[in-house]
Amino acid sequence: MPAAPPPHAAAPGDLPAVPGGAAPRPAAPLRLDALEQGSSLGRDAWRRLRKNRAAVACGVVLVAMILACILVPELSSYQYDKADLKLGAQPPSLAHWMGTDYFGRDLMARVFFGGRISFAVGIVATLVSFVIGVSWGGVAGYFGGKVDAIMMRIVDVLYTFPFLILVILLMVFFANDQTALYRAWQVALGLFVQDPSDPSYFPIFQIVVVFAALGGISWLTMARIVRGQVIALRSQPFIESARSIGVGHAALIFRHLVPNALGPIIVYTTLTIPEVMMTEAFLSFLGLGTQEPLSSWGLLASTGADAMDLFPWQLIFPALMLALTLICFNFLGDGLRDALDPRIRKD
Amino acid sequence: MSTYAIKRLLSIIPTLFLVATLVFILVRIVPGGPFDQERAVPVEVQRQLDAKYHLNDPVLKQYGDWLLALVTKGDLGPTFKYPNRTVNEIIALSLPVSMQLGFWAMLFALAMGIPLGIVGAIRQNTWKDTAAMAVAMVGLSVPRYVLAPLLMLVFSLKLYWFPVARWETWRHMVLPIICSGLPVAAYIARLTRGGMLEVIRSDFIRTARAKGLSERKVVLKHALRGGLLPVVSFLGPGFSGLLVGSLVVEKIFNIPGMGRYFVEAATNRDYNLVMGVMLVYGFLLMLFNAIVDVAYAFIDPRVELR
Repeated sequence: MPAAPPPHAAAPGDLPAVPGGAAPRPAAPLRLDALEQGSSLGRDAWRRLRKNRAAVACGVVLVAMILACILVPELSSYQYDKADLKLGAQPPSLAHWMGTDYFGRDLMARVFFGGRISFAVGIVATLVSFVIGVSWGGVAGYFGGKVDAIMMRIVDVLYTFPFLILVILLMVFFANDQTALYRAWQVALGLFVQDPSDPSYFPIFQIVVVFAALGGISWLTMARIVRGQVIALRSQPFIESARSIGVGHAALIFRHLVPNALGPIIVYTTLTIPEVMMTEAFLSFLGLGTQEPLSSWGLLASTGADAMDLFPWQLIFPALMLALTLICFNFLGDGLRDALDPRIRKD
Repeated sequence: MSTYAIKRLLSIIPTLFLVATLVFILVRIVPGGPFDQERAVPVEVQRQLDAKYHLNDPVLKQYGDWLLALVTKGDLGPTFKYPNRTVNEIIALSLPVSMQLGFWAMLFALAMGIPLGIVGAIRQNTWKDTAAMAVAMVGLSVPRYVLAPLLMLVFSLKLYWFPVARWETWRHMVLPIICSGLPVAAYIARLTRGGMLEVIRSDFIRTARAKGLSERKVVLKHALRGGLLPVVSFLGPGFSGLLVGSLVVEKIFNIPGMGRYFVEAATNRDYNLVMGVMLVYGFLLMLFNAIVDVAYAFIDPRVELR
């Protein structure tokens, strides 16, 4: 076992965030009351979060950004992939607020359409890592003993794996149209569309590979956090009583243990989204993630960087959107951590 | 202690072996060989090339031969795309450049991150704290491939302070080092601040203050040692972040390091070069993680060794 836990990992001895468990009062009825309301932790956290102006502002910006990504490509009079070669690259103007790219495509439509893909990759891959990490950590922590030792040993070994480099290899090798993976994808796609061999579906295939790859590598820390929480919670009386009335293993883990560890899980999820978005942009920058004619912030920043001395707006706008979104996610995650985990909040 | 260190270092070998095998399988089951080009090579030429590089042997024999040469002679084989060069030669030329970049970037990150974190902690909740942490947040959130062009735009194309590319004098190195190190510096600043805040409230710091030590001595001599523990455990992931980040930085600044060869070799199906670079990367990452684990156990007396 490595002696050094990663910075995010919760130590097994961490106190669980049990609703109503924070203030042991002698008066029993009062405590029962608090337990029945059940949302005292949530309400406390919400109150603390609202006082953190930076976090609230970031939350608002994020909502606005997501709305813009949904609405702008729909409402814009330009299509993200409609080229106008006679127009070429134009600086921002009243007709094109963010200018146009080399092929005369409206940059604003492309930036917000790219935002859809960046957000989608971030959220879907985080969901994948959430499902794997919570199940893995929950099962390991709940059963303990040999099961725990083996499962966490696997996590330890995977931690030392140079994953991102492997993902790069995977992207180079498998995101092309000759592999068995692609044929499997076509079969699956055939269930939903009439002509799965249409090459215009190919970029979507590549994005799905990115989802799966990124989700598959980012669940390790989540597994560690959930395990630590579950271990701390599993000998609590409410678990004992649930077991005594015959609740099964699966229900104990996913209905009783995991919901009580939601605080750290939410915080870590919020911090995983920007990380994954950044990795997607990184892959796209190397030419391995999202492909033309689709767009994502990483891809746009990459093409923008190539011509920044001539057409700086092509770099500045996508880079600005990406950086703003990442900053907001990180601030919000920090705020959530302060709000949900009172022990480590700032004074 | 030393048995733990030796055990931890030896544990690299099976993982490294696993990585090598995985990469070998990956590159072989991928469609397309190293000599597939847009214009088909004559059959005769193809056969000779395959024979020269033993690509006609059964895959298991290829694997055995490759592993044997690696273990007995440290030989990673010939490259397919750079005639008359071996993988060893390419790595020997490019690895020192990458290491140089990584070393200076890490030094920059520590030199910038730790003071920022200390200022944030001892001036908690003042404008200095807010400013330091805002800088750290921006450093954490602006990816390297955005930072690099922006730095170039300002310092090379407008101010003419530093050249835009290549790796020769110190002037060439400034921008890549900043670009590589800044995200790591941001992370270190946040960790230092968190660690210091925790330590600064503990009893032994109160004792140190009570016996009349100067604030400077309390912070730098007593608090810093404990406060830096999270930073030490981050050095492993931080280093791997630097390595992976160097893929982008080397590409943007046109630096002849190992990162450039990696993506190129994978795209070209240059089997041996891919495996060689991958192994070196994997080895460095695991080695560094192991060293950090051992160092951590040395520094923190609370860590139990098993």
